Amino acid sequence: MSDAAANIRPTRTPAFEARLKKRYAAERRFKAIGLSAILFSVAVLVFLLVTMAMNGIGGFQRTELRVPVDFSATPLTLTADVQDERDVVQSLERQGLRDIIDVNASAALGEEGAAQVNSEAWRIVAQQIAADPSLARGEQVFWLPTSEGLATAYAGDGSADLQPLARQLADEGALADNLDLGFLERSDATDPQLAGIWGALKGSILTMIVTLALAFPIGVLAALYLEEYAPKNRWTDLLEVSINNLAAVPSIIFGLLGLAVFLWIFPSYRSAPLIGGMTLALMTMPVIVIAGRNAIKAVPPSIRDGALAVGASPVQVVFHHVLPLALPGILTGTIIGMARALGETAPLLLIGMRAFVSSPPQGFTDNATVLPMQIFLWSDEIDRGFVERTSAAIIVLLVFLLLMNGLAIYLRNRFEKKW
Amino acid sequence: MSASTLILLVLGLGLAGWLVARSRAAMFRRASENRRIASLPVYHAWYAALWIVVPTLLFALLWSGISEQLVMQQVLASPAAADLPEFGMQRESMLAEARAVATGAAPGVFNAEAAALVEPFEQALTRYNIIGLVVTLLIALAGGAWAFLRLKPDFRAHTRVERTVLTTLLIASLVAVLTTLGIVASLVFETIRFFGMVSPIDFLLGTHWSPNPMTDGSNPDPDRYGAVPLFWGTFFIGVVIAMLVAIPLGMMSAIYLNQYAAPRVRTWLKPTLEILAGVPTVVYGYFAALTIAPAIRDIALSLGVANPSSESALAAGLVMGVMIIPFVSSMADDSIAAVPQAMKDGSLAMGATQNETIKRVLVPAALPGIVAGIMLAISRAIGETMIVVMAASATARLSANPLEAMTTVTYQIVANLTGEASMDSASTLAAFALGFVLFLVTLMLNIIALRIVKRFREVYE
Repeated sequence: MSDAAANIRPTRTPAFEARLKKRYAAERRFKAIGLSAILFSVAVLVFLLVTMAMNGIGGFQRTELRVPVDFSATPLTLTADVQDERDVVQSLERQGLRDIIDVNASAALGEEGAAQVNSEAWRIVAQQIAADPSLARGEQVFWLPTSEGLATAYAGDGSADLQPLARQLADEGALADNLDLGFLERSDATDPQLAGIWGALKGSILTMIVTLALAFPIGVLAALYLEEYAPKNRWTDLLEVSINNLAAVPSIIFGLLGLAVFLWIFPSYRSAPLIGGMTLALMTMPVIVIAGRNAIKAVPPSIRDGALAVGASPVQVVFHHVLPLALPGILTGTIIGMARALGETAPLLLIGMRAFVSSPPQGFTDNATVLPMQIFLWSDEIDRGFVERTSAAIIVLLVFLLLMNGLAIYLRNRFEKKW
Repeated sequence: MSASTLILLVLGLGLAGWLVARSRAAMFRRASENRRIASLPVYHAWYAALWIVVPTLLFALLWSGISEQLVMQQVLASPAAADLPEFGMQRESMLAEARAVATGAAPGVFNAEAAALVEPFEQALTRYNIIGLVVTLLIALAGGAWAFLRLKPDFRAHTRVERTVLTTLLIASLVAVLTTLGIVASLVFETIRFFGMVSPIDFLLGTHWSPNPMTDGSNPDPDRYGAVPLFWGTFFIGVVIAMLVAIPLGMMSAIYLNQYAAPRVRTWLKPTLEILAGVPTVVYGYFAALTIAPAIRDIALSLGVANPSSESALAAGLVMGVMIIPFVSSMADDSIAAVPQAMKDGSLAMGATQNETIKRVLVPAALPGIVAGIMLAISRAIGETMIVVMAASATARLSANPLEAMTTVTYQIVANLTGEASMDSASTLAAFALGFVLFLVTLMLNIIALRIVKRFREVYE
C-alpha cells in the first residue's frame, strides 16, 4: 500500500505548470489567429464596399450650373399635335433653343461660365419642355450639366485655369453637385456628365432572360433525369463527370466556346443579348443541375413510394409529387446561379459584348452591353467623372446581386422543408 | 416575320390541337359504355400538341439557320451586289447595314452604296419568310392530322406522352455532354490550326511572347509565340501569391468557424465570408487596379524600390487571394466537419488542448478534403480573368519579383481575341491554344480534386 502511494508522484510539478501555461497560451494565440483571419476577410469586404460607396456617391451626382432662362423675350411655340418627344426636341432646336440657352447663360454666368455649360445641355431643357410645356413660358431656372472640365475643376482636380472659375461660380451659388437620378435612365455616352446605366442594365436584363429561359428548363430536366431515371452505368458516370467538371471550368472557356460555335452559327448577332444569354446559359446550367439534384435527393423516398402505391406512373410520381416538393430548393440554386451569371464578364468580353451602346437595346438581337461590361469599359476611361460613374455602376450591380441573394435566402427559409 | 411571332404562332397551333384532341377524347369517353378509355383525355391532348409543336419547332430552328444564307445568296446574286467590294470588313459592314434597314432595325442607311442593297434584301426576306411560314403551317397541319387520326378510345396516349417526356429528360442531360464536347472540339480544332503555323515545342518551351496581330496567318514568326512567360505569370500570380493569401486565411477562418465560433456568431460570419465569393470579379478587378495597385506602388516607392510597376503581379495576386478565401474555407470547413466526432473526443480525452487536437488530429484527418479544396481553388485562380485583365499587365516577363508587371494566360486570351486581328491570324489561334492548355490543366485539377473528395467521403461515411 505505502509503496504504491510513494510511487505516485505529484503531477502538478512546476515544470508541468510551466508547460501547461505555455500550451494554454498557444491555445489562446491559435484562437486569436483564427478570429483575426476571419476579421481580416470581413475588413477587406467592408473596405471594398466602403471604397465603392464613397466613390459611388459622386457617381449619383452631377455637377450642374444654375441657369435662369427668360423665355418671355423669345417665345417658343409648341404645336399641340406634336406628341413624340424626339419631334418636340427637333422643333425646339429649329426655333433656336440652343442660342436662347447660350445667351441666358452668358448673362447669368459670364462668357467664361457660359462656355462651360455642357454642349448637350439644351437637349435636357428641350426634353423637360417636351414633358411639361408650361416650362417654356416666362422665367425659369434650370440646373444644367457642366462640361467635364469644369466638373473636374469643381472637384478640385484637373486644369488649373478652370479652378478659380469653379470656385467663383460655387461662391455665387451657381455651381453645385446635384443628385442625378437620370444616371439610372440614360445610356452610355462619351461624356461622363451625360453617361447613364440604363442601357447596360436593360442589356443585362435581356441577357438574363435568355439565360434563364435556356438554363432553367434544361438544368431541371437534366437533374430529374440523373436523380430519378438514370440507370447506374458508365454512360451515366460520364454525364455526371461532365456536369461536375463544367461547373468548375473557368468562365473564359465558355467565352471561347461561344466565340467558336455560337458566333460561327449566328455571325450577324455579335454582341446581341441572345448570344450572350446562350453562352451564360451553358455556364449556369451545371450549377442548376447540381443544386437541383441536391433538392431532389432531399425529397424523402416515402413520397415516391406513396404515389407509386396508389397507381401513379413513374413520370406522374416525378412531375406531380417530387418536382413540386423540390422546387424551392431548385429555385434557390437557380437564383444563385443567375446571380453569378449576372456578374460575369469574361465570356461576354470574348464574344464581343463590348459595343458602345448609346441607346438601350430594343430586343434580343440588338447590339447590347451588360452591367459588368459597362463597369469594365468605364474603368478604362481616364476621366475623373468616369471613375465615379464606375463606382456608381458597381453599386447598382451589387444592389441587384444582393437582392437576388436575399431572395434566394428568403426562399430557402420560407419554403424549404426539413423532412 | 420575326422568330418570336413564329414561335407564338406554333404555340397557338399547339394549344388549338390540345383543345381539339381533348374534347375528342372526352367525346370517346362519353360514348364508351363504362365511361373509361385507355388514357385520360389530357394525355390525348398532350399527344396531339406534341405532334404539332415538336416538328414545327425543329423545322423553325433549322429554317432560321438556313434562311439567313438563302437570303444572302439571293441578295448576292442580284445586280446591285455586283458593285460591292470583293472582300473584307467594308463588304461585311455594308451587307449588315442594308440588312438592318430592310428588317427595320435601323432607320436609314449611313453608307449610300448600301442603299442599293436594301431593296434586294427586302425582296429576299419577304420571299423566304413566306416560304418559311407556309412550310411551318403545313408541317403543323400534317402533324396535327396524323395525331388526330390516331386518337381512339383504346389508344394508349399516356405511354406515348411519357416516353416523349423521358426522351426530353435524356436530351436535356445530354446538353452537358454536348457542351463538354463542344468546348473540346472548338479548342482542339483551332489549336491544331495554330500548331500548323507554330510548332508545339516552340509554343510550350519558348520564352519570348509578343504576338503580332497584324501579320496574317500565312507566315508567323514562331519565336514570338513562346508561352513560358505566360505560364510562369499565371503560376506566380494565381498559385504562389494568391495561395499565400488564401490558404492560411481560408484555413484559419474555417478552423475558427468550425471549432471555436459560437453557433450564433457562425450563422453571421459564414454568410458574410461567402459574400466575398459572390462579389463579381469585375468589381475585384476595379478594386485591384484603382485602390490596391497604386497603394502597393506607393509603399514600394517609400521602401526605396526603384521603379515598381503600377501593374504589379502582387496587386492582382493579393486581390485574387482574397477572392479565393471563401472557396478554401468552405471546403476546409466541410472536410473538418466530416471528421468523426469520436476522433476529436478521443484526442480531447487524452488531455490535448483544442488547438493540439485541431493541428494533430482534425486537420491531418481532413487533409484529403482540404487538399482537394485547394486544388479547386487553384483551378479557379488560374482561370480567373477579369482581375488580371484589369490589374495585371500585357508585358510577358519571366521574373520572381512580385513588384514587376507580369501577364497571364487568361490576360493574353482576352488581349488576342478582342483586338483587331482576323479569326485566321496566328495571334487569334494562339488564344485558342492557350485556352486549350488552360482547359486541360483545370480539367486535371478538377477531376483529381473531385476524385479525392469522393474517396475521402467514402472513408468516413
